[in-house]
Amino acid sequence: MTPRPGSTVHDVAVTVNGAERRARVIPRLLLADLLREEWGLTGTHLGCEHGACGACTVLVDGEPTRSCLVFAVQVDGCRVDTVEGLAGPGPGLHPLQEAFRSRHALQCGFCTPGILMTLVAYLRLHPSPSETEIREALSGNLCRCTGYQHIVQAALDAAAAGREAVPAP
Amino acid sequence: MRPAPFEYFAPRTVEEALDLLARHGDEAKLLAGGQSLVPMMNMRLVRPAVVVDLNRVAALGAMREDGGRLHLGALVRQHALERDGRVAAAAPLLAEAAPLIGHLQTRARGTIGGSLAHADPAAELPACMIALDAVFHLRSARGPRACSARDFFRGLLSTALEPDELLAGVEVPGAPAARAGHGFAEVARRHGDFALVGACAVLALDAAGVCRHARLVIFGAGDGPHLVRAAAALIGERPAAARLAEAGRAGAAEIDARADLHATAEYRRRVAAGIAARALQRAAARAEAA
Repeated sequence: MTPRPGSTVHDVAVTVNGAERRARVIPRLLLADLLREEWGLTGTHLGCEHGACGACTVLVDGEPTRSCLVFAVQVDGCRVDTVEGLAGPGPGLHPLQEAFRSRHALQCGFCTPGILMTLVAYLRLHPSPSETEIREALSGNLCRCTGYQHIVQAALDAAAAGREAVPAP
Repeated sequence: MRPAPFEYFAPRTVEEALDLLARHGDEAKLLAGGQSLVPMMNMRLVRPAVVVDLNRVAALGAMREDGGRLHLGALVRQHALERDGRVAAAAPLLAEAAPLIGHLQTRARGTIGGSLAHADPAAELPACMIALDAVFHLRSARGPRACSARDFFRGLLSTALEPDELLAGVEVPGAPAARAGHGFAEVARRHGDFALVGACAVLALDAAGVCRHARLVIFGAGDGPHLVRAAAALIGERPAAARLAEAGRAGAAEIDARADLHATAEYRRRVAAGIAARALQRAAARAEAA
């Protein structure tokens, strides 16, 4: 019997938040679904499912990536970081999460994981952004509670806290 | 929304990719950054039986500069255009346009070749490549061929690529003269949105300040990027503001503007005239300062 097209399985090994995970996937499985459905990492949210809303943003090899636009089979051998790994193993929050909490930068929280992952990558490369630059960096993330003002403030706070923690040479 | 089932191949070399294309022809789709293809697959606007993922073909991801010419592998990510100093030096127009391509996340994944082969009429890169007079290198199992950027684009989402061909890379020539400058301008509703209208220009002047080279491209307004014929009238002239504004208006008149949800055809034509003039003015100011 010929197998049904698209049913060929592929083995993938991915370093997720520092730990290696393995899975057997069909080609059409999206990375977002692998994270959420197979591995229970439901912090990554799926909004539009066609790359417009940014809620599903994770880091693939350190780069902010929409996980609804990448197939699971493509990240074999890659490092994937999700919001679950942001705070590290300790009890505290990541400084960016801390800033979001103190600035009330989330309402319903649906867009928050994607925004956090986008900002983590952005602030790493741009430690002293202006408000305009933060708004541009977040142009690919939609918040339907329309709470952008607090989000931008939190990002500015986190950038300032980051600069204090690691003084410029 | 999830894609329909497909078979997946991840070749390691261009030759393997070309063999797969020769075998599967128009049943197959090449996957580069996936920022246009995967949304269309998720919405099932396209349902390829076979996906050939180019992301593991290392040879397509190289960038190199020699003697002012920039060689961009098709798989070079769009964000490399804004980050790599070689682009800013050899093709500053690309470095200026890059931050306007989609968003942070899409540029991190999206590729130069993917954007060009997709040929969205509102995309920045196809217009820039025509303005820069870039050469596209196409490959198939039948052999390689070269194609000018101008001849590559054939209208709405349509290119010179045959079903068994892939775009391997782009060669961007250096500045056309010592005193050359580029200009870029676009109108979009929000940062990163598709441009309603955009324009880019490259001008070169001789020692006396007379224009010796002029290329103006308007995009987003019609079915594809449009190389403005009227820009030739600038050659032999000094780039005075009134002449540039006139060229912008003439360029807008050449366009078959489209109407959609976002703007009427009349709006696009009117804005195109101003945006084209602005791109020319920026190019002229840079050339004069060079």
